[in-house]
Amino acid sequence: MVKFSLIAIVVAAALLLLAHWIHVDYLYFASYTILQFIVLATAWNILGGYCGYVNFGSAAFFALGAYASVFMHKAYPVPVPVLIVIGGLVSGIVGLGMGYLTLRLRGSFFAIATLALAVVLQTLIVNWDYVGGSRGAYIIRPENITILGFQINYIEYLFGLMLLLAVIALITARTIERSQLGLGFATIRDDELAAEACGVPTLRTKLIATAISGAFMGMAGAPFPYYIGYLQPASAFGLEYAVNSIAMPMIGGTTSWVGPLVGAVLLGGAQQYATVTISSAVNLLIVGLMLVAFVIIAPNGLVGLVQDRLRARRRS
Amino acid sequence: MTVLLHVDNVTKRFGGFVALDGVQLEVAAGERLGLIGPNGSGKSTLVNCICGTLQNESGNVRFDGQVMDGMAAHERTHRGLSRSFQLPRPFHSMTLAENLRVPLLYTVQARTGLLHSAGDLEARCHELLDMVGLLKKARHMPRDLTQVEMRKLELARAMAAEPKLLIADESMAGLSHSEVEDILTLLLRLNERGITIILIEHIMSAVMKFSQRLAVLVSGKKIADGAPETVVRNPEVVRAYLGQ
Repeated sequence: MVKFSLIAIVVAAALLLLAHWIHVDYLYFASYTILQFIVLATAWNILGGYCGYVNFGSAAFFALGAYASVFMHKAYPVPVPVLIVIGGLVSGIVGLGMGYLTLRLRGSFFAIATLALAVVLQTLIVNWDYVGGSRGAYIIRPENITILGFQINYIEYLFGLMLLLAVIALITARTIERSQLGLGFATIRDDELAAEACGVPTLRTKLIATAISGAFMGMAGAPFPYYIGYLQPASAFGLEYAVNSIAMPMIGGTTSWVGPLVGAVLLGGAQQYATVTISSAVNLLIVGLMLVAFVIIAPNGLVGLVQDRLRARRRS
Repeated sequence: MTVLLHVDNVTKRFGGFVALDGVQLEVAAGERLGLIGPNGSGKSTLVNCICGTLQNESGNVRFDGQVMDGMAAHERTHRGLSRSFQLPRPFHSMTLAENLRVPLLYTVQARTGLLHSAGDLEARCHELLDMVGLLKKARHMPRDLTQVEMRKLELARAMAAEPKLLIADESMAGLSHSEVEDILTLLLRLNERGITIILIEHIMSAVMKFSQRLAVLVSGKKIADGAPETVVRNPEVVRAYLGQ
């Protein structure tokens, strides 16, 4: 784990330096979105991929993080890293509560319950005037920020934070995968009755998964108002967050931490490219087409495809 | 004789259907009990109520001096109750060795704090697989197994939890004569090590060979309980099995 963390941090630092060297504002904007999707997809995968519980409410957790920031911005402004922690706590607690209420449901019933949660939360936010209600809320982003005497472009600062968050999310996912907790998650995905019979406390294990998953989604959402400048319910609760955070792990592969990373880079990259060259409206079309293609060609995602090839070669 | 499992007046209903009707059963430590009954007589429901997969509505289950009612299945496993499923339920995405790691980590490790190193864990997995003759397939996936191997894996996984009482729910159904012998030998060997076993089975030759005592369940009621030879000659049991 230590070795992997070091490698991840070195890669992230290299990316940061590379971005600084190229120094194009648009690059920061585009990469921020992709990094944000890496965090969202990894978070979704902890519950959806490892435990097999499909969450359609990713947008709700993301929006909670974002709106927690808006609330703090108005009530008691604090630095963005603190906002990320607060967003993570709020969404983690809501994840825990949602899990407690809904985890006795299996399969499509659980998915529908998560969808309902998103609708309920959006309605609450729309009617809560303090955070802007349906009008939305403006957050004026400062031009620069000074850290340790260095003046840093604010968008570069947000990019750096999201990069760090992506690294933390990936390290967490990989650590879980190789731990006893990861084994417990896998037993829940495979067979809950057998898991209980083997001594796995399934309800508690699932609650841990919803809390971690929700917390990371909230953390991904916390810097969002600063990134976008104007937050309205329709954009924070947007369909693209729910769809992307499911599609990305599906395309990459749900059984390993690599899957959401590959899926987010591939799908996020394609979307950014399409936004610039064609139009931003084709984003969801791309997701839909790629999802259909992958379900047919590689139902276990790219990682699954590679694993199958390797296994076949070893046998022959 | 110390009583290990005490099922006292247990009743379970599914809507209007009474699956278990005031069942009374005692199992002594170290005993081999055979539990038989026609299809739908409530055998599996009784197992589920004992193991916590289902909760009984009235009556109670005591195990090893503790009241089990309201306890979740995994807590009962931690206290030494283990079962195999009628239809094998392996964890499909894991190798055989990983399948056994689950009870080792979640039950044995949690209970005793032993099995610290990865080496200990590995050794114990292999020991268990060797016991059921699946050592060569430790790295295989459950989908590569035959029916009899799947049932052996199911038993090995139940054994991995180091239970005081093992309930084998129809672990021989559909197997050939020699395969039945295999599993029977395995269960007898486990019993010699001091594990109490309840065997639920339809294959009468196996049940008669294995059981020290036989209990019969018909329509959710226990109609006979005693020495196997006497029980199978009991007119009520004969009527339940052969009709009037």
